[in-house]
Amino acid sequence: MIRRPRPAAGRRVLHPVAWWLWAGGMAVAANKTSNPLLLLLIGAVCAFVVAARRTSAPWARSLGFFIRLGLVVIAVRVVIEIVFGQRGVPGHIVFSVPSVTLPSWAQGVSIGGPVTVESILVAATQGLRLAAILVCFGAANSLASPYRLLRCLPAILYEAGVAVTVALAFAPELVLSIAGVREARRLRGRPTRGLRGLRGMAVPVLEGSLDRSLQLAASMDARGYGRRQALDPGVRRLATAGVVVGLLLVAAGVYGILDPGSIFGLGLPVFALGAAAGALGMVAGGRRTARTRYRPDRWGWREWVVTCSGAVALGAVAVAEATGVRGVQVAFTPLVVPSLPVLAVASILVGLVPAVAAPAPSRPGAAGPCGRGAAGGTAASAPAGVGVEAPVT
Amino acid sequence: MIRFSDVSFTYVDAPAATLAHVDLAIGDGELCLVVGPTGSGKSTLLRSINGLVPHFSGGHLAGEVAVAGRSTRDVAPRELADLVGFVGQDPAASFVTDTVEDELAYTMENLGVPPAAMRRRVEDTLDLLGLHELRDRPLLALSGGQQQRVAIGAVLTASPRVLVLDEPTSALDPAAAEEVLAALARLVHDVGLTVVVAEHRLERVVPFADSVVLVPGGGRPLVRGDPGTVMASSPVVPPIVELGRLAGWDPLPLSVRDARRLAEPLRQRLAPLEPGAPAAIGAPGAGRAAPVGAGDDVLATTEHLGVAYGEVTALDDVGLSVRRGEVVALMGRNGSGKSTLLGQLAGQRAPTSGRVRVLGEAPAALTARRLIAKVGLVPQDAGLLLYGESVEAECETADHDAGLPPGTTAATLQRVLPGMPGRRHPRDLSEGQRLALALAVVLAPAPPLLLLDEPTRGLDYPAKERLVTVLGELAGSGHAVVVATHDVELVARVAGRAIVLADGEVVADGAAREVVCHSPVFAPQVAKVLAPEPWLTVDEVRRALAGAPA
Repeated sequence: MIRRPRPAAGRRVLHPVAWWLWAGGMAVAANKTSNPLLLLLIGAVCAFVVAARRTSAPWARSLGFFIRLGLVVIAVRVVIEIVFGQRGVPGHIVFSVPSVTLPSWAQGVSIGGPVTVESILVAATQGLRLAAILVCFGAANSLASPYRLLRCLPAILYEAGVAVTVALAFAPELVLSIAGVREARRLRGRPTRGLRGLRGMAVPVLEGSLDRSLQLAASMDARGYGRRQALDPGVRRLATAGVVVGLLLVAAGVYGILDPGSIFGLGLPVFALGAAAGALGMVAGGRRTARTRYRPDRWGWREWVVTCSGAVALGAVAVAEATGVRGVQVAFTPLVVPSLPVLAVASILVGLVPAVAAPAPSRPGAAGPCGRGAAGGTAASAPAGVGVEAPVT
Repeated sequence: MIRFSDVSFTYVDAPAATLAHVDLAIGDGELCLVVGPTGSGKSTLLRSINGLVPHFSGGHLAGEVAVAGRSTRDVAPRELADLVGFVGQDPAASFVTDTVEDELAYTMENLGVPPAAMRRRVEDTLDLLGLHELRDRPLLALSGGQQQRVAIGAVLTASPRVLVLDEPTSALDPAAAEEVLAALARLVHDVGLTVVVAEHRLERVVPFADSVVLVPGGGRPLVRGDPGTVMASSPVVPPIVELGRLAGWDPLPLSVRDARRLAEPLRQRLAPLEPGAPAAIGAPGAGRAAPVGAGDDVLATTEHLGVAYGEVTALDDVGLSVRRGEVVALMGRNGSGKSTLLGQLAGQRAPTSGRVRVLGEAPAALTARRLIAKVGLVPQDAGLLLYGESVEAECETADHDAGLPPGTTAATLQRVLPGMPGRRHPRDLSEGQRLALALAVVLAPAPPLLLLDEPTRGLDYPAKERLVTVLGELAGSGHAVVVATHDVELVARVAGRAIVLADGEVVADGAAREVVCHSPVFAPQVAKVLAPEPWLTVDEVRRALAGAPA
C-alpha cells in the first residue's frame, strides 16, 4: 500500500450553503431585471463558474439539463404569446395568426390575431428571465453535492432529508434501468418504441426500482439509520407538537403578511410565534437522534467571499432597479436596443469571483472510471510459466 | 459470539420452513463459510444474524438468534449496527452517500461516534483496505472490486465484532476477488473479527475458512465442522477437493499449496498422458474439435472495432472472428470491455469506429425480429429478459415475439432444463432455473451465434454442471458460443478458445489451455496443482486415468 502524504487542503470543498447563497443572489438579481442582455450575462457568469469549479461527480453534469430546460421555457412562453397574446396593443405587426371566435363564456380569452415584434420580445425576455433563474439553480446543483447540503440540516429534519436525497438519486438510476430494459426487449425481438413498447417496459422498470429501494432500505437499517436515544415520551410529544403547530402558524403568518386585510393584521406576530414554536420543537426533537457529523464543512473566508459576491450582484441590481436606472427594466416600446447600465454589468461580473475564490476541485486524472490500483495489473499477458511454477522437491 | 437456538423460519405464504430447528454457535474470531445450493436458505441464515430476517423480510421466526448476548427478538437491525456489519451481494445498491469517505463515515454518524474518533477510524479503514487513493472519489465511478471494498469498509468503521458477507466476490473478476478476500483474511488474522461469509465459488474461500456450515436446503439439518471434514462429504466442492477425492489424498487438501505437496505421484502418472484426447459431446473438448471446413464457417467478425462512451474508450481496434462449433471465453478485468464487445455482436448499439458483421450483416442495423434469428444474448441479469407471469406464459410470448410455431420455446426449455415448474413466476425461480428459461427464450429462434454475459453469477455447482453440458451440446450442433466470464473453472471446462481483453484491447487470443494455464490470475485450480502438466479439469484427469494402465 502506498501511503502518500496529502496536502492539508486536499478535501477542502466549498461549503454547499455558500454555493446556494451565491446562486440565490444571482437568481434574485435575474428576477429584478428585464434587460435580456443582463439576463444573458447572469446565465453566462453562472455557466463560467460551473465550468471552472465543478467536480467530476455525477451531479456536476446537471447544468446542461437546466440550460435545456430554460430553452424549452423560452420557447413555450413565446408560443403562448403568439397563440393567446393580448391584442390591440400598437406595434410593428410581423404576421397574423388566424383568430378563433370563442363562445361567450370564454370572452376573456383571445386566440390568434396580429402578432407584434414588441409582444414577442417581451414574451421572450420573460422566458429568458425564468431560464436565467433556472440556470442559477442548475449551477448550485452542479457545484454543491446534494448529500453535503443535506448534512447541514438540523437533526430532526435529517431523516426526512435522507429520504429526499434517496429519491433524488432515484432519477438517474431509473434512466439506467430503462436503458437496460430497452436493450433486453430488443434481445427478445420486441418493440422498444411507441405505446406498446412503453407499456411493456413500465413493469420491469418499476420492479427493478422497487427491488433496489428495498435493498437500500435494508442496508440503511442494518447500518443504524434511524437509531433513537431513549427519550422521555412527554418531551417527544412536545417536540412533535411544537413542529406541527409551528409550521401551521408560520403558514398562517405568511398569509397574513401577504394579505394585510386578513387575520386582523396579526400576520407578523403569528409568523414569529410559529417560527419560535417550530424552532423549539426542532431543538427538543433533535436530541432524540444521537447523530454526530463527520468532518463537518467549515465556514471560512472563501465561503464569505463567494456569498458576498452573490450579495453584491443582487444588491447592485436591486438598487439600480429601485432607483430606476435606465436599462434595468426594458419595455421594448418604443422598439430600441436596450442600453447597458454600467453599474449593473459590473456588479453581475462580481459574480465571477467564485471561479477564482472557491477551491479548485481535485480531478482524479490518471485513474479512469474503471481504473484499479496495482492489484489488477496482471492479466493473462504474463509470460509463460511465471505464475505457475514447478515445486522444488 | 453468534448463537442460533432452535431457530426455524418460514417466509410469508411459503409452504415449508426455510430453516428448521437450527442450532448453531459461531465462536469469537472465527471465519465461518456458509455453503449450499441456491435457494437452500444461506442468505436467510446470514440475514437473520443481524435481524434483517425477520424484521425486514417478514415471515415467522421461532427460536432465538443472539449476537454477543443481544437477541434479535428484542432489537431491530439498526440497534445491532454497532455489533454486526452486513454486506450484501450488490455493493452499489447499499450505498447511501456519494463519496468514499462519506460512505465510510455514514454508519458511525448514525451511531453517534464522537468526531475525533470517527476521523481516526476512517483513516485506519482507508489504510486497512487500501482505499487511501480513492477517498475523494464518487462511489459510482469505482470498479466492482473497489465498490465491494468500500462496502466492507463502510461497515467496518463502526468497529463491529461480527462481519456478515453474502457472496462478496460473485460479481468480481479473479484479481478483484483476490483483493477482497485478501482484505478479509487480513481482518480475521489481524483484527480478530468474527466473519460469516456465504460464497458459491468455494475454491476462493475454503483455504481461509476455520469452519464450514453446509446448508443442504429443504429444511434438512445443517452440517457444521472443520473445512476438511465437511468437504469430504459435501455435495458441493471446489475442484481441488474433487481432484483430491479422485486421487485418494488424505487429508483432503483445501489449498493449492497443500495439494501440490501431495500431487507429485499424480503428476508423474499423468506426465506421459495427453489431456483432452477423447472428446465427447457435452464434455470439455467438444468445443475444441476443429470445426469442419474451418474458414467457411466464420459466423461473426469484427474489424478495427472501436467503441467510446463519451470520453471513455470501451473498445479499441478489436479484430476477431468467431466460427461455428466454437466455445469462446471472453475474459478480463471488470470494465475491460467484455460486455461492450458482446453488446456489439448483438447489435445493441452502432460501433464508434470499425465494423461488426454477423452472418454478413451489421447487427445494429437489423430489426429486432431479424436480429434474434441471428444472435442471441443472455445479459448478466438474466431476469431482465423475462417479463411473463409464469414460465408457461413466458414461453408462449417468446414464440409469439419471434414468430415461431407455438410450443417451440417450451420444447427448447425441456432440452435445456427438463422439469421446470410451469406455473411458477420467473421471479420465484432459482438463479439456475431463471438462466435456463432465459437461455430457452433466446435459443428458440435458433440463432447460430449465442452470447452469454457472466452466466455463472450466483449459480451453484449442479446448475453450473448443467450449463456446461448445454453449452457443449450447442457447440456440438454447430452453434458458436461466446461466454464473457470471470469464472476460470467454467472456462477450463467448456471453452476451446480464450480471448483476454484489457482496457478495451485484445491482449491474448488462442487455445484456452494455453491462455489460462500460463496466467497466474486465470489459471484454474487443477492447472495450478498439476503444473507444468497442462491439465485443466478433474474430468480430463479422470478420463485420462481411466484409459491408462494404473
